[in-house]
Amino acid sequence: MTTPTPRTPVPVHSPREAPSPVHSPREAPPSPASSTPGGVGSSPRRPDGTLKVTGEFAYSSDMWMDDMLWGATLRSPHPHARIRGIDVTGAVRMPGVHAVLTHEDVPGEKRYGLEYRDQPVLAFGKVRYRGEPVAIVAADHPETARRALDRVRVDYEVLEPVSDPVRAAFDPDCPLVHEAGEDLPPAHPAHHRSGNRVRYQPVRTGAFADGATAAEVRALADVVVTGEYQVGMQDQAFLGPESGLAVPAEDGGVDLHIATQWLHVDQSQIAPCLGLPPEKVRLTLAGVGGAFGAREDMSMQVHACMLALRTGRPVKIVYNREESFHGHVHRHPARLRYEHGATRDGRLVYATAEIVLDGGAYASTTAAVVGVASSLGLGPYEIPHARVDAYGVYTTNPPCGAMRGFGAVQACFCYESQLDRLAAELGLHPVELRIRNAMSEGSRTATGQRVDMPLPMADMLRRAREMPMPPERAAAGPVDVRALPGGVANTSRGEGVRRGVGYGVGLKNLCFSEGFDDYSTARVRLEVVGGEPAVQVHTAAAEVGQGLVTIKGQIARTELGVERVTVLPSDTRVGSAGSSSASRQSYMTGGAVRAACLAVRARVFELVRAAGLVGDDHPDELLGLAGGKVVSGARGVLVSLADLLGASAVEETREFRHRATEMLDPTTGQGASHTQFGMCVHRAVVDVDVDLGLVKVVALDAVQDVGRVLHPQQLAGQIQGGSAQGLGLALMEEIQVSGSVIRNPSFTDYLIPTILDVPPMRIEVLEHPDPHAPYGLRGAGEPPTLSSTPAIVAAVRAATGRPLSRIPVRPEDIVGIERD
Amino acid sequence: MPAQTLTATLHVNGREHALPDLDPRTTLLDALRESLGLTGTKKGCGLGHCGACTVLADGRRILSCMALAALYEGREITTIEGLAPEGGAARPHPLQQAFVERDAFQCGYCTPGQIMSAAGLIDEGRTGSPEEIREFMSGNLCRCGAYANIVAAVADVARTPLVPGAREPEQGRS
Ligand code: FES
Ligand code: FES
Repeated sequence: MTTPTPRTPVPVHSPREAPSPVHSPREAPPSPASSTPGGVGSSPRRPDGTLKVTGEFAYSSDMWMDDMLWGATLRSPHPHARIRGIDVTGAVRMPGVHAVLTHEDVPGEKRYGLEYRDQPVLAFGKVRYRGEPVAIVAADHPETARRALDRVRVDYEVLEPVSDPVRAAFDPDCPLVHEAGEDLPPAHPAHHRSGNRVRYQPVRTGAFADGATAAEVRALADVVVTGEYQVGMQDQAFLGPESGLAVPAEDGGVDLHIATQWLHVDQSQIAPCLGLPPEKVRLTLAGVGGAFGAREDMSMQVHACMLALRTGRPVKIVYNREESFHGHVHRHPARLRYEHGATRDGRLVYATAEIVLDGGAYASTTAAVVGVASSLGLGPYEIPHARVDAYGVYTTNPPCGAMRGFGAVQACFCYESQLDRLAAELGLHPVELRIRNAMSEGSRTATGQRVDMPLPMADMLRRAREMPMPPERAAAGPVDVRALPGGVANTSRGEGVRRGVGYGVGLKNLCFSEGFDDYSTARVRLEVVGGEPAVQVHTAAAEVGQGLVTIKGQIARTELGVERVTVLPSDTRVGSAGSSSASRQSYMTGGAVRAACLAVRARVFELVRAAGLVGDDHPDELLGLAGGKVVSGARGVLVSLADLLGASAVEETREFRHRATEMLDPTTGQGASHTQFGMCVHRAVVDVDVDLGLVKVVALDAVQDVGRVLHPQQLAGQIQGGSAQGLGLALMEEIQVSGSVIRNPSFTDYLIPTILDVPPMRIEVLEHPDPHAPYGLRGAGEPPTLSSTPAIVAAVRAATGRPLSRIPVRPEDIVGIERD
Repeated sequence: MPAQTLTATLHVNGREHALPDLDPRTTLLDALRESLGLTGTKKGCGLGHCGACTVLADGRRILSCMALAALYEGREITTIEGLAPEGGAARPHPLQQAFVERDAFQCGYCTPGQIMSAAGLIDEGRTGSPEEIREFMSGNLCRCGAYANIVAAVADVARTPLVPGAREPEQGRS
């Protein structure tokens, strides 16, 4: 069997320094740059960068084998229907068609899932969302496969969709999406699953923990603000649609080349469905065209493997954009109700939140999303009395799961909107109110978890407020239409343009939470190649664009003092690295690479001692590695690694775990459930054309604490990218669903921010190290996604005076046209 | 399979490729990717909305997903693989180099389209200011949000003055 277009291992050679795009304030502790060029704290080039800019980098959709077949998926046209029968005979008879498979052909387990195995590989009994896979085809040409799908006859009995998440959560007469017993695996007892509820999580502190009613607690406050909010369904909209290539192997197993966020969790779901032991399902990471959470769940993984095993030929499946909108989970849309009470001098007294998250047809990560929304639902504020009730429900809407900042994004928009309302009510500057109630190191969250790492929130808010403002709009003179909201499409002369400023701050848990035994594995090998020491780093971690391949190389250089590092392709031949999600890979896989490097170092020092290079007169000599040599603190260079190792290699594999976390108490929601906290503050400046309902974000500036900067340039990219996705949620991005049907599954109608929508950003990065984390670092990818949305909406409110309690904000919300 | 196929000859990156049995409905993008194995050009949407499939036809940027391959017979097509005169990773084009140096991408999926679009843009002389670069690069989506660095990379190659006071120079310059 030939192998598919190989992904070249990415060699990391003599990186050159890039200019740092990050403004580190003078007071921040300096980032101690590694002594090895290209180490931690510098900005070496991405090792896969040249391949990406020359078109040679092989994304999953670029995989090719000469004898391969093309797979295609038949999807349900109904959001909710009973399947009475499936007839594939017409499709099977078509020339060029090699296999047509349905649920009857699934060799093993018929369902899979990240938390609950509730999602059928191919639908049986019922379909629960529009676009659910029902049958799969392999043919010698993609068009043939597509036409064969038209010949599969499915007899549906159409059922009423369950489209309203609030009804699904609270109405006992609401039809069930999953009939109990029949098709649901047992739930975690602490999740309170019942009816259509996947999870319910309450949180109670202060008087609420003692059973006080809302009215009793309300009496403690001078000022009360309430708000009802809605968050639309956001799509990750990664630019490279789902794709993969499955290759049958001679041992009866299968090799899958796939764009995913977590190879091993895919493997652990695929193998049982195929009825194969895990070691016969081998995965290799193919090039990933963006992820943002959407690739944490599987899409066509099992389908491609089933078709490959059935036909004995490699099978490639590539989704098109419309199919991609139906082929992955989205951000949970939410309905939320908040109430905040404060004293006249602006101290928060109490807060309550009711949060309903629409999980759609299958659980995916809904339980974890509820865990985040409940524990962080009130944000980074000191609040004596707190009550949160968070629900995640099944509906027949598109399934929802992970997207950058999950659970925290929805809540952040609301608590920040509430703080602004309260500030207006009290006549305080929104930043001042936030500072008066800001959490800091030593504070406790609503779940009673003590923040045992720096949290310089007040300082960050002050810095954001003090950043220079963009220049005012010219009051007179010629109008540059490009600078107007709507750009060259604007039809006015800017008469109705008003400027507004808004702030947002968010608190995000980083790494996995709630007792999950999370770890990452790294194998590091040191040997001499061509007379020079060289390091190989092997992990199963998914590079999804965040730049983890660069970081792995930097850590190896720093710890081993060797410049030449090769990062091997990620695959399941090494232990799990966990998911490229929850902003966790620098922490976890970075931690694992570091641990493996330290183990290699220790072995090298043993060799030095064994060779008698450390004399009896220097038993405690401090040894180090630098410039490819073993050095002694006292005596300088002892030996070069090339001479010491000769033809032998030193290889070590290590697992790295973060500290243990706790489950939330099922009735009080108390528990130290999170590993680490991250925070970003945004200040947005917008121009709004109040006649046309158009918004231009003029400035979107950010302050973020990342503990320790590993790669200044890539870090800036994460902050810019996360902020841009928050901007999209604020102003334009929404999967419109009515009657459980997606109405806009294309980039024509689902808008993502363009280069004209995202302003240049001023970024200030703080480095207050987290004592629990490798290098003191804090995950950085998600926090900007939380705070940019409320900052922008606050700025639009300031410009328009409209309440704007729904995101994305639509033109009609700005001009004040009622919708029905 | 379609009843009628045709034979077309495409000039791509300075070489001639005969495409026998071409389905007349085949897009230029699919012909490049599937028939010629030039997978550097990406498909993000297939409907003309994302710019990932941008290539040059006689030096002008076009969306190859919206072009029928058969209609491009006799035109000189340049893809990301052929942008650098000497080709390949060893001697990248200045734009390719600038994208790497400015870190003007993350996942890189939009990048071939961004670079081909930038090449067309520089030829069109639309690089007078960062604002102009933005305006004329606005057909190329980047979901990773690398826009600021894309502007900087294009400006580097086009020698666009990054006007003091304009906020653009903040990016990657401090
Ligand atoms: S693939 Fe051609 S514009 Fe998106
Ligand atoms: S780099 Fe990922 S879409 Fe642009």
